[in-house]
Amino acid sequence: MSDVLQVTDENFEEEIINSEMPAMVDFWAEWCGPCKMVSPLVEELAQEYKGKIKVASMDVDGNRQTPAKFGIRNIPTLIFFKGGEVANTLIGAYPKSHIEEELKKLL
Amino acid sequence: MQDVIIIGGGPGGLTAGLYTARARLKTALLERLAPGGQVLTTDLVENYPGFPEGISGFELVDRMKRQAESFGLEIRGEEVVKLELSSEAKRVFTSKETLEAKAVILACGASPSKLGIEGEELLTGKGISYCATCDGPFYRDQEVAVIGGGDAAVEEAIFLTKFASKVYLIHRRDQLRATRLLQDRAMSQEKIEFVWNTVPTKIVGESQVDGLDLKDVKTGVTTHLPVSGVFIFIGYRPNSDLVKDQVELDARGFVVTNDNMETSIPGVFAVGDLRSKLLRQITTAVGEGATAAFAAEKYIESLE
Repeated sequence: MSDVLQVTDENFEEEIINSEMPAMVDFWAEWCGPCKMVSPLVEELAQEYKGKIKVASMDVDGNRQTPAKFGIRNIPTLIFFKGGEVANTLIGAYPKSHIEEELKKLL
Repeated sequence: MQDVIIIGGGPGGLTAGLYTARARLKTALLERLAPGGQVLTTDLVENYPGFPEGISGFELVDRMKRQAESFGLEIRGEEVVKLELSSEAKRVFTSKETLEAKAVILACGASPSKLGIEGEELLTGKGISYCATCDGPFYRDQEVAVIGGGDAAVEEAIFLTKFASKVYLIHRRDQLRATRLLQDRAMSQEKIEFVWNTVPTKIVGESQVDGLDLKDVKTGVTTHLPVSGVFIFIGYRPNSDLVKDQVELDARGFVVTNDNMETSIPGVFAVGDLRSKLLRQITTAVGEGATAAFAAEKYIESLE
């Protein structure tokens, strides 16, 4: 069972914006090869930061509103949220250590 | 101490790992992301033998990875930050640990080149892309430009016609470099318009790409083309920063090797897109991976 929460346009507000915990959302799609280099790392981080940071992913294919709202034109994109606000954005595939540095800044 | 450390998990590195693992050499493959490399930006690989219907880039490298792992290759998701290659025991520094190996196979690949023009840095992530298969679907019913004239540019332009209402293919020459079959496909695509003898001079926009300033290289005339996306495929630069002051590089920064994939340092080999060579393909990378693994095995035997 994956520790990555699947979020949609419908529950994004509730799960991410209104989240008590800081959050990271991985915007991806099945068609995107480089996303597949990042999603296993996101999976590992979800496990390692369980209970501290809410790690979620959104399939941009089935959910168009949220990616449009955040102006996403490239995937993979990781957006980091703290208190409902965007704390940082990483566009493109980054190594785990780099993503983790951003996660630590949220704590 | 490892026998072999492979840096990079694309087709060249995975094949080297398959061969060294089968040769029972203690091998670790280090990859900064999950394995795959640039192949993952390819929608359908049509020129890798054995797959007459083509195969997706992801499926192909996933098979290569599973095959190498089945022979015992250990793949670690670690980024290499520094290398010390000159002594007999090669030292590899990652974000987590320091490793030692008797031989190192460099398979770090290449990355898309940037245009280096005004607006490119500013608008990255806001309408500029180096991966059509990733970002193409964000441009449904919009007009986009593709820069370049080689295989990648033409292939991606054809791919983008699935989504975009119009694709301008902007090339600095009056003919394409791409393979003939791709040229024919592109020419027969009504949505693709060729803009010959033209280079972009500026990507225009504030919060997102609004268009491109273009210059005709023959007449010097400048024009503006309104597009909402710019896809750049003008070649590759080698990921050779880690080794640039250590092994011999060619004028463009690719690693120079002999026929046995040996670099200028004994016990250090290079394969795939990182290497100075004529053709950068999955087919050439895997052959080089096998050769480097065999050469590394011989080198390690010579130490004993």
